[in-house]
Amino acid sequence: MTKRELPALSIVELTDLLRRKEVSPVEVLQALGERIDAVDPEIGAYLAHDFATAMAEAERTDVSLPLGGVPIAIKDLINVEGQQCTCASKILRGYRAPYSATVIEKLRGHGAIPFGRMNMDEFAMGSSTENSSAQVTRNPWDLSRVPGGSSGGSAAAVAVDIAFGALGTDTGGSIRQPAALSGIVGFKPSYGRVSRFGLVAFASSLDQIGPLTKTVHDSALLMNAIAGHDSHDSTSLNAPVPDYAKNLGRDLKGIRIGLPKEYMIEGVDPAVKSAVIAAVKQLGELGAEIIEVSLPHTNYAISVYYILATAEASANLARFDGVRYGHRAENVSSLFDQYARTRAEGFGAEVKRRIILGTYVLSSGYYDAFYLRAQKVRELIRQDFVRAFEKVEALVSPTSPSPAFKLGEKMTDPLQMYLADIFTTAANLAGICGISVPCGFAEPKSAKKLPIGLQLLGKALDEARIFQIAHAYEQSTDWHKARPVIEPIAA
Amino acid sequence: MTSELDVAYVAQLARLQLTAQETELFQKQLGDVLKYAEKLREVNVEGVEAAAHAVPIFNVFREDTACDWFIAAEALSNAPRKANNLFIVTKVVE
Repeated sequence: MTKRELPALSIVELTDLLRRKEVSPVEVLQALGERIDAVDPEIGAYLAHDFATAMAEAERTDVSLPLGGVPIAIKDLINVEGQQCTCASKILRGYRAPYSATVIEKLRGHGAIPFGRMNMDEFAMGSSTENSSAQVTRNPWDLSRVPGGSSGGSAAAVAVDIAFGALGTDTGGSIRQPAALSGIVGFKPSYGRVSRFGLVAFASSLDQIGPLTKTVHDSALLMNAIAGHDSHDSTSLNAPVPDYAKNLGRDLKGIRIGLPKEYMIEGVDPAVKSAVIAAVKQLGELGAEIIEVSLPHTNYAISVYYILATAEASANLARFDGVRYGHRAENVSSLFDQYARTRAEGFGAEVKRRIILGTYVLSSGYYDAFYLRAQKVRELIRQDFVRAFEKVEALVSPTSPSPAFKLGEKMTDPLQMYLADIFTTAANLAGICGISVPCGFAEPKSAKKLPIGLQLLGKALDEARIFQIAHAYEQSTDWHKARPVIEPIAA
Repeated sequence: MTSELDVAYVAQLARLQLTAQETELFQKQLGDVLKYAEKLREVNVEGVEAAAHAVPIFNVFREDTACDWFIAAEALSNAPRKANNLFIVTKVVE
């Protein structure tokens, strides 16, 4: 095993080498650092990394632990004590986390080394990572395209072997969609399964932290580390955590998978449609029974999502007032002026847009028509899933209606960008779990083939079954083995 | 439920200063988004309970006991302006 090959390993392969002492955690980190230096200037996935601190951790980590010595990249909105946590926003430039999130403590408890602060859409608001105030992240399969978002830095890094695995967050698809567009595995846990303590809040009733990895097995291992009750998060569920890797390798006999008829809509890219149809056939060949189901309120999910998520965001972002942390405007004439200018100078366009929309739908005279009505339709969407899961164990759909789009393509039309989340937001509204796994390529013969993701959704707290189905599918294909080749940006 | 959004007024409520260009742009863009959201009017929501979130968790209590948390220096470690172990705020009384 040369240093060059090390970063290409999965977490399962890496921990095996580490446990057998064929490599040391220090050598792993050095090899990773060298590849980051060589590749990341093309990609722009890392906002920062603290190599010295990680090396000190690597020297004392216990390789007998489940993730002993494995560096894990962290989206830049999860607090790691002593490191920056900017949410890719100017308003938090220079912020140093005074404490660590529960997921970070849990990763360290399993021997992992949090390493790197990954680019994202500002405050996780976006589907392309273009809303970062710091830098552009490019899709490693085609550098003229977006990696998806908002966890685009995490996804691109894993796809191009400059991270073994990463943590992201999924509020309306921000783990699953970039995983699909970048050709990797992205998992959104059920609401309450993973603690949000230490995560900078965007939409508190929707946000979940989850893993982005090269394989389903790696995803299950990271979930084994981060899942579980936390008394610091009052929405954290006090339910036992199974071993998510235990069902891997089982076949799909007796498993019923639902195909929601509302998800095969017009506007889905033909390449996506045919890849997903082929994947459904494959699931059938693996023993699953495929049943058509109906989720009648699907068509309303995007509207409900963008009303509720922006309402919650407008409240959560009220804390950025220039007093306790973050940017503060100079030479202000009044308190109002301080607030209004601090926020004008600190927030980017999409964050401002969402604060306005969220404030509007909560304001007197519009609350009932928008916010309250959206909460009621949310309940109907949740009930759609409850009824569907009486008939099937999982649902299957595309993750994204199209493969990765061009940088800049949707930046002037927010509604078009919002529609990129059409298949993912409902799972957040319903609080259920879901995964995106690679299921093919658009333009497979072209030099710049673009990955396609298959979404599998499971009922709340049924993560183990979703891992089982996703793993069976993944292992019956070669899609997850393909890797992008990095070429210089055309002049 | 037709869009009566007045971006300039809402920006005041949100304590957010916008430029004239931003106000105009957001007026158009958010008008499109609200128009799209009008389809929610089609849904019959009579008798449906509003869902604040998707899981059945309500009041969560803990013992009312003191625990260690930030000391002043830690709480102030990211403050843009501070003095004498305190945050400095803008004058609010005349």
